[in-house]
Amino acid sequence: MEYFLQLFFSGLSKGSVYALIALGYTMVYGIIELINFAHGEIYMIGAFMGLIVAGVLTSLGWPALSILALALVVAVLYSAAYGYTVEKIAYKPLRGAQRLAPLISAIGMSILLQNYIMLAQTPDFLPFPHLIPDLSFMEPYRSYLGTSDLFIVVTSLVTMVALTLFIKFTRMGKAMRATAQNRKMAMLVGVNVDQVISMTFIIGSGLAAVGGVLIASHIGQINFYIGFIAGIKAFTAAVLGGIGSIPGAMLGGLVLGWTESFATGYVSSDYEDVFAFCLLVLILIFRPAGLLGKQRAQKV
Amino acid sequence: MAALTIATNLKKSAIAALWLAFLTMPVMVIRVDTVENTIVWRWMHLVYMLGGSFVLALIWHFMMDRRDRGAAVRESADGEAEGRLSRFVNNPRVLKPMLAFGFIVAAAFPWVFSMYQTNILISALIYVVLGLGLNITVGLAGLLDLGYVAFYAVGAYAYALLNHHFHLGFWTVLPMAAILGSFFGILLGFPVLRLRGDYLAIVTLGFGQIVKLVLENWNDFSYGPSGISNISRPGLFGINYSVENATTYIYYIMLGLVILAIVTTARLKDSRVGRAWLALREDEIACQAMGIDNTRAKLMAFSLGATLAATMGAVFAAKTTFINPASFTFMESAMILAIVVLGGMGSVLGVILGAFLLILLPEYMRAFSEYRMLLFGATMIVVMVFRPEGLIKARRKVYKINTETL
Amino acid sequence: MEHTKNAVLAVRGVSMNFGGLRALSEVDFEVRKGEVVALIGPNGAGKTTFFNCITGIYTPTEGEVVAVLRNGKEKRINGMRTNHVCELGMARTFQNIRLFPSMTALENVMIGRHCRTKEGILGAILRGSKTRREEQQVVDTSYQLLKKVGLEHVANEYAKNLPYGAQRRLEIARALATEPFLLLLDEPAAGMNPQETLELKEMVIQIRKEFDVSVLLIEHDMKMVMSLSDRIYVMEYGRVISTGTPAEVSADPQVIRAYLGEETDA
Repeated sequence: MEYFLQLFFSGLSKGSVYALIALGYTMVYGIIELINFAHGEIYMIGAFMGLIVAGVLTSLGWPALSILALALVVAVLYSAAYGYTVEKIAYKPLRGAQRLAPLISAIGMSILLQNYIMLAQTPDFLPFPHLIPDLSFMEPYRSYLGTSDLFIVVTSLVTMVALTLFIKFTRMGKAMRATAQNRKMAMLVGVNVDQVISMTFIIGSGLAAVGGVLIASHIGQINFYIGFIAGIKAFTAAVLGGIGSIPGAMLGGLVLGWTESFATGYVSSDYEDVFAFCLLVLILIFRPAGLLGKQRAQKV
Repeated sequence: MAALTIATNLKKSAIAALWLAFLTMPVMVIRVDTVENTIVWRWMHLVYMLGGSFVLALIWHFMMDRRDRGAAVRESADGEAEGRLSRFVNNPRVLKPMLAFGFIVAAAFPWVFSMYQTNILISALIYVVLGLGLNITVGLAGLLDLGYVAFYAVGAYAYALLNHHFHLGFWTVLPMAAILGSFFGILLGFPVLRLRGDYLAIVTLGFGQIVKLVLENWNDFSYGPSGISNISRPGLFGINYSVENATTYIYYIMLGLVILAIVTTARLKDSRVGRAWLALREDEIACQAMGIDNTRAKLMAFSLGATLAATMGAVFAAKTTFINPASFTFMESAMILAIVVLGGMGSVLGVILGAFLLILLPEYMRAFSEYRMLLFGATMIVVMVFRPEGLIKARRKVYKINTETL
Repeated sequence: MEHTKNAVLAVRGVSMNFGGLRALSEVDFEVRKGEVVALIGPNGAGKTTFFNCITGIYTPTEGEVVAVLRNGKEKRINGMRTNHVCELGMARTFQNIRLFPSMTALENVMIGRHCRTKEGILGAILRGSKTRREEQQVVDTSYQLLKKVGLEHVANEYAKNLPYGAQRRLEIARALATEPFLLLLDEPAAGMNPQETLELKEMVIQIRKEFDVSVLLIEHDMKMVMSLSDRIYVMEYGRVISTGTPAEVSADPQVIRAYLGEETDA
C-alpha cells in the first residue's frame, strides 16, 4: 500500500510539472496551430536560470526559501523573455507560410537553444540545490509524500488556477480565447493579434519555467538535454488531454505522470521513456482529438 | 530613402543587441557551482554577445527588408523567383560539364587523396543517399518523417546482427537490409496514414525514439549501449581486404549506390508516381478525388525512403565495423532533414549540395566543431525564414509538346 | 434500385446527419445520359454536402447512391472512397478551386490521367520503352485537353500563377482527363464576369457533345442555369423542394418563395 502511495504521489508531482509545460504547448497550438518544438528548451532554460540565481544568492548567504522565491521569479521572467524572442525570430516571419516551414524552424530553434546552453555552460550534469525546505509537519508522511512533492503540487495548482482565472476574466484572456477560435475575426474586431500571440508565448514560457525550477530542485540536477525529453512528454500530455484545451493539458499532464509512475513502478523501469512515446503514438493514431478536445472538421 | 532604412536598421539592431545581451547574460557570463559554492564571472562573453548580436541583428534586418521587398515581386512574377545559384546550376550548359567534371573527380578520388579523406567523403556520400531517401518522403510526398533514422538503424543492425550471429557477408545482407527497410517503411506508414503534417512529424519522432530506446535496453537482442563490434567489411568473392583497400572498395560501392540513388530519384520525380506524390503533398483531398490512391502513395513514399536508409545503414555498419544506438538519435534525423531542407526540398542537386555542405564543411573547419550543431539549428531557421525553397529550387519539368503529331 | 432507363446516376432517399445536424433529408435525385442537370438553392441548402455524399467524401447516413456505368453495369457507391469513385467515371471540381499550385498546368491535367495509366515505381526507374510511350501519350492527351479549354499557351506555367478564370477551366480540364461519364462541377462560374460565364456555358455544351458526358452542376448564376440545364433540382434546408425543366421550376411557387425572384443582372 505504501508503495502504491509512493507511486501515486510521485506521479502526481511529476504530472503537475508535465501539466505546467503542456499548457505552453496547448496554448500556442490553440492560437497559431504550431507545435512549439523549442518549448522544452524554454523549460530547460528556466531551470538553468534558477540554478544561476540559486548559485549567486547562495554564495551571498541568503535563506533557502527566499532563494527559491527569487529563483522562480527570475526564471519566469527570463523564460518569458526567451519565449517572446523565439516567437519573434523563428515563428512570426513564417506566419502564413507552408505547413512544414514553421515546424522545421521550430526544430532548428530547439537545436540552437540546446547547443547554446551546452556551449555557454557545460555538457555535463550540473547539481541543483534542494531549495524546497523540509517542513516538520510532513514527517509522518515522509515515506511516500515528501515536502518537495507537496510543494510542487500546490505551486502548480495555484499557478494553474491563476491561469484559468486570467483566461476567463481578464481582457487579454478573452482576446486570447477569441484569437484561438477565429484569428481573422478577432483582428477585424480590433484585437491586436500580434500582442495576443506574444502574450501566449510569454505566459506559456513562464509556466514552463515554474515547472523547471521546481522539478530541478526536486531531482537535484539539470543538464542541457532535459528539455528535449520533457518537451516530448509534455507534448504527449497536451495531445492526450486534447490539444488546444487548457483543462485538457492539465488533465493530460496528470494522466501521463501517473501512467509513467505506475508503469515504471510495476512493469519495468528501464523503459520509462518508452511508455510516454507509446502513449503518444497510440493517442495520435486512435484519438487525435484527445480526451477533452474537439474534432476539427475540414471543409471540402 | 536608403539612408533612412540604414538608420532604422542600425537602431533596431542596437536594441536587438542590448536585448539579446540581457537575455544571454546569466548563462554566458555566470558559471555557478553550488557544491563548491563558487561563481565564475566571464564578462568578456557579454562584450562578445553585444558585438556579435549587433552584427547579426543588422544582417537579419537587412535580409528581412530584402525578403519583404522580394515577396511583393514574387507575387506578380511571371514564373518563379529563383536564386541565382539555382538558375546557374539548372542551366543545362553548366550542368553537363559540371557533372562530367564531378564524375571524373569522384572516380579518381581515392587514388589522389588519403584514406582519411576518402573516409570523410564516404560519410558525405552516405548522407547524400540518406538525403535523397528522405527527399522522397518529405520533399516529394510531403510527409515529414522525423524518425527517419530508425530505418537507418534497421539496416545497420540487420547487417551487424546477421554478420555477428550467422557470419553472413555484406553482399548477402545488403539486399536483405533493403527489403527489411521497405517492410519497415510500410509498417511505419500504416498507422500514420490519417495524420496531418505536424502530428505525423511527432508520431514519426516518437517511433524513432522508441526504436532507439529499444535498441538501448533490449540487451539480449541488440547488445544495448555497448553495441556490436567486429563487423566484417565487404569482401569480394571471399577476398578480405586490408583496411586501406577496403576503404577504397567501400568508396566505389558507395559511388555506385549514389549514382543509383540519383538516377532513381531523378526519374521518379518526373514520372507518374512522382507526380502523384507531389499532388499528395499539395492537396490530399483533391489528389484522392482525382483517382489517386493516397494510402498506396503514402506507403510507397515511406517504403522507398526507408529502403534507401536501410541500405545505407548496412553500408555504415560495414564501414565503421562497430555500431551502437548512439549513432541513431533524433539529431541524426534532424541533420538529414536539414540536408534536405537546406539543399532544396524535392531537388536532387540541392540535396547533394546540402549533404556536402553540412557534412564536409564541419570536417574541414575542425576549429569550429563544437559549434556544429549550433550552426545546424541556426541554419534551419535562417533557411526557412529567408529561403524556404532551399539553395537549389526544385523545378518541374518543362515538357516538349510534339505539335506535329497533334 | 428503380430508376429511369437511361440514368447514369440514381440517388434514392439519401439523408446525411452530422451528429445532431441533419444536412440532407431524403433526397431523391437522378441524372440521365447526356443531360445537364443543375442543383440550385440558397447557401447552406446542402448542395455541396450532397456532392460530397455522392463522390465518397461523406458516407450517407441513409439511402442509396447508384452509378450506372458506361457498360450498363450498376454500382452502389455509398461511402466508396473518392479515388474509386473517380476511377468508376465520376470526376468533380471544387467550390474553392483545388489545383496543385506548384505543378504546371499541364501536370495538373496529367494527374487526371493517373487513374487511366499504370506505370509504377519500377517502370519509372527503369524507363523502358513502354513507360516512355505511356508518358508521351499522357503528355499528348493532356495537352489536347488544355487546348480544349483554351489553356495550351500556359501549359508549362505553374498553376498558382494562372488567373482565376484560367484556374477554373484548368480544374475542368483535369477532371476531363479522368475520362468520366459524369462530370460534377461545383460552382464553376463563381467569381466570373458575364463574358466569362458565357464562354464557360459554351464550353460545357461543347464538352458534353465531344466527350459524351453527362453534367451535374451546382451554380448560383441563374441566367446560366436556366439557359444551360435540361433539368433542375432545387434544394432548401437539405430537402429537394422542386424539380423539373427550367420553365417548370421557375414557375413553381415553392421555389419562388424559397429564393428565386432575384435575377442576376443581364
